[in-house]
Amino acid sequence: MKPPPFGYSRPESVAEALAALGSAAPDGKVLAGGQSLLPLLNMRLATPAYLVDINALTELGFVRIDDGEVVIGALARHAQVLADPATSRAQPLIGQALALVAHPVIRNRGTTLGSIVHADPAGEMTAVLALLGGSVLLAGSSGERLVKAEDFFLGPLESDVRPDELATEVRLPVLGRRAGCAFAEVSRRHGDYAVCGVAALAELDEAGGVSLARAAYLSVAGTPLVLDLTEAGGDPASAGRLAKSRVAPAADIHATAAYRRHLAGVLTERALAGALAHARERAGG
Amino acid sequence: MASGDGNPTINDRVINQPQDGLFDVSLIVNGVTRTAWVPARRLLSDCLRHDLRLTGTHVGCEHGVCGACTVLLDGVAVRSCLMLAVTADGARITTVEGLTRPDGTLSPVQQAFADCHGLQCGFCTPGFLTAITAALEENPEPSPEEAREIIGGNLCRCTGYQNIVKAVLRAAELRAAPDQVDTS
Repeated sequence: MKPPPFGYSRPESVAEALAALGSAAPDGKVLAGGQSLLPLLNMRLATPAYLVDINALTELGFVRIDDGEVVIGALARHAQVLADPATSRAQPLIGQALALVAHPVIRNRGTTLGSIVHADPAGEMTAVLALLGGSVLLAGSSGERLVKAEDFFLGPLESDVRPDELATEVRLPVLGRRAGCAFAEVSRRHGDYAVCGVAALAELDEAGGVSLARAAYLSVAGTPLVLDLTEAGGDPASAGRLAKSRVAPAADIHATAAYRRHLAGVLTERALAGALAHARERAGG
Repeated sequence: MASGDGNPTINDRVINQPQDGLFDVSLIVNGVTRTAWVPARRLLSDCLRHDLRLTGTHVGCEHGVCGACTVLLDGVAVRSCLMLAVTADGARITTVEGLTRPDGTLSPVQQAFADCHGLQCGFCTPGFLTAITAALEENPEPSPEEAREIIGGNLCRCTGYQNIVKAVLRAAELRAAPDQVDTS
């Protein structure tokens, strides 16, 4: 199908974009990469009255490391972030997750911040933001505000971005020296949305014991679910059992609830084992 | 608005009020500057096919799953059904029509598809050709595993993919040794 009619502008500054969003509110929508929005428009699942195309705001196409955080601008494409060597060094989880986002051609166009704002419960980058405890910077007509990950996701496809606001950057903490991370997911076909996915983070204390084990889940709840699995004492199998007892996924056309819960357990074990091995490698090196 | 008054820049045309709801879009398609008046909701795929009459770009699913509509945007492979023509204003677009050399000789990827029987009905072929062309620019010597990753976002209902994987590897050979291209 084709998109419904809408008004359109392509502003050349953030101020112009905010003015356009302000006058279109509450029926305006930001168009960045469009890899989620255009399918919604084509299928007429979304009918915004006005699109503010931010593709001319090239100043937002940045990825940089700043004060212990990887900062990704609103126009940085997945492929660009994935290929950025400084980002891979500073926070390997970002690349691990982005490699699982759709297909290379989609990643050429889709933006990393756009997928976070889209807040799809199956989105890999939403889980990364939730797990790392990052934040999103929102610009509005009355100034900027920084929203923490735990406050950002309100529900499926709903994030805390007001109709007159533009998300300009996402900030993700870099990986600690004695920490490791891993991402595991299962999808029906390569590149499809995950039936279940787990991002894991582990930290070691000076003696090599596990001081923190945490996992974030996609496709098991309406918003990214984060579980603290430190009490499993660094044993991936018992962490998997713990996770299985704590998730309450819903059934849908792709999987039953029981299968999703099973996957949550298995993938927790795999991802946490990967994160622990990664942490030991980094702490040892 | 580009209504004959002066020479507005590409962005002037887009950000100003459209004329009768239409935007003047200028694209450099396969090296030729083309213009069209389109509504904001016109998909790039439809602009290429309907407004510019370049029907080599095929439209399958219109939600980014099948890959048939893949074109190169400033050299990067993108889904033309997931992009508005107005967003592409000012960009260089390469469609499947632009892969063939000016003298009509097939490109290495096109030749490899012919050599390896990489197509049957041909509906999905334009998307494969463009996606593979861009991927080989980035990675000229893909492994069989990487060849599968390259075509992972394109659907083919005829071939079973085996010959397409072979064609990716063959295209890499032909690019490396261009004198083998004209063997047909």
